[in-house]
Amino acid sequence: MEQDKIMLSFKGNVTSELLTSVLQIMESKMEKLNEPNRIKKKVYNILVEALQNLYHHLDKQPDSVPQGHNTVIFMIGKKEEDYTIFTGNYITNDNAVKLKTRLEKINSLDPDELKAYYKEVLNNGMMSDKGGGGLGMIDIARKSGKKLDFDFHKVDDEYSFYSLNINIPQ
Amino acid sequence: MENLVIEGSPKTPTIKFNPEEGKLLIQGRSIPENSIDFYKPLVDILEEYAGNVKPATRVDIVLEYFNTSSSKCILDVFKKLEKINEAGGGVAINWHYEEDDEDMLEAGEDYQAIINIPFKMVEIEEE
Repeated sequence: MEQDKIMLSFKGNVTSELLTSVLQIMESKMEKLNEPNRIKKKVYNILVEALQNLYHHLDKQPDSVPQGHNTVIFMIGKKEEDYTIFTGNYITNDNAVKLKTRLEKINSLDPDELKAYYKEVLNNGMMSDKGGGGLGMIDIARKSGKKLDFDFHKVDDEYSFYSLNINIPQ
Repeated sequence: MENLVIEGSPKTPTIKFNPEEGKLLIQGRSIPENSIDFYKPLVDILEEYAGNVKPATRVDIVLEYFNTSSSKCILDVFKKLEKINEAGGGVAINWHYEEDDEDMLEAGEDYQAIINIPFKMVEIEEE
C-alpha cells in the first residue's frame, strides 16, 4: 500500500469506542469522495467484520499474553479504485493452525458454495457468547468477491503474527 | 402485553413491537460487538406473544447495515416468528433493501431460504 493512499491507520489496543470512531471517520471520508452507495455499504460492512474480528480476538486473550502481543494494527486505504483493508494481530500457534484450516476451507469454495456454507453455519453453527459464530470471514469473502489473502508468520515457539489483506474492487 | 420500544443508536437499530396491533419494526443499523444482550428483550417478548397471538402479524425489517454477530440473533427472531406463524399469528415479513444494495437483498434471500414464512422483498427507492 503506497504511503499517500492510506486513509487511516492504527496500532494499539482496540476498544468498542475506538471502533465506533473509526467507522464514523471512514463513513465521512467515503461521503466526501462521493463514492457510490453500493461501494460505501460494501466497504463499511467488510470493515465492521474485519475490525470486530480484532476486537473479539483481543477480548479472548488470556491475561498471560506477553507484553505487546495484545497490540493490533490495521490500515485502510484506496489503491486506484479498489479499497484495501489490512489487519494484523498476534495469535497462538495452536489457534493459527485452526484458523488457517478454516480460511483454506473458505478459499476452496466458489460463490454458490460459499452462499450455501454461510447459510449452513448461520442455521446450524454454534454461537459463541460474544455472538460471533464463525460467520465473519465467510461474509468478508462473499462481500469482497475475492479469495482471502492471509499470512501467518511464526514469531516464536508460542506465537504467530496473523495478517489479512482484503481487497474490495469497485 | 405491553409494547416494546428500544430507541436506535449508532450501533443498534430502533425496535418497536406492538403486540395489540401485531406489528414489529426493526430499523436502522445493527452492528453491536455483542448482539445477544441487545436482542434478548425482543426474543423474550416474541416468546410471550407466541402464546397469545393476533390473527395477523406484520413484520418490517428495514436495516441499513447488520454484522454477522447480529445475523444469528435476527435468525433467532425469525425462528420465534415461525413459531408465532404456526400458532396462527399470520406472520408476513417485509424485508426492505435499498435499490442498489444487492448484498442486503441477498441477505434477505438467505433468511427466506431458511425460514418457513412468506417473505416479501421491498425495494426502497433512492431519494
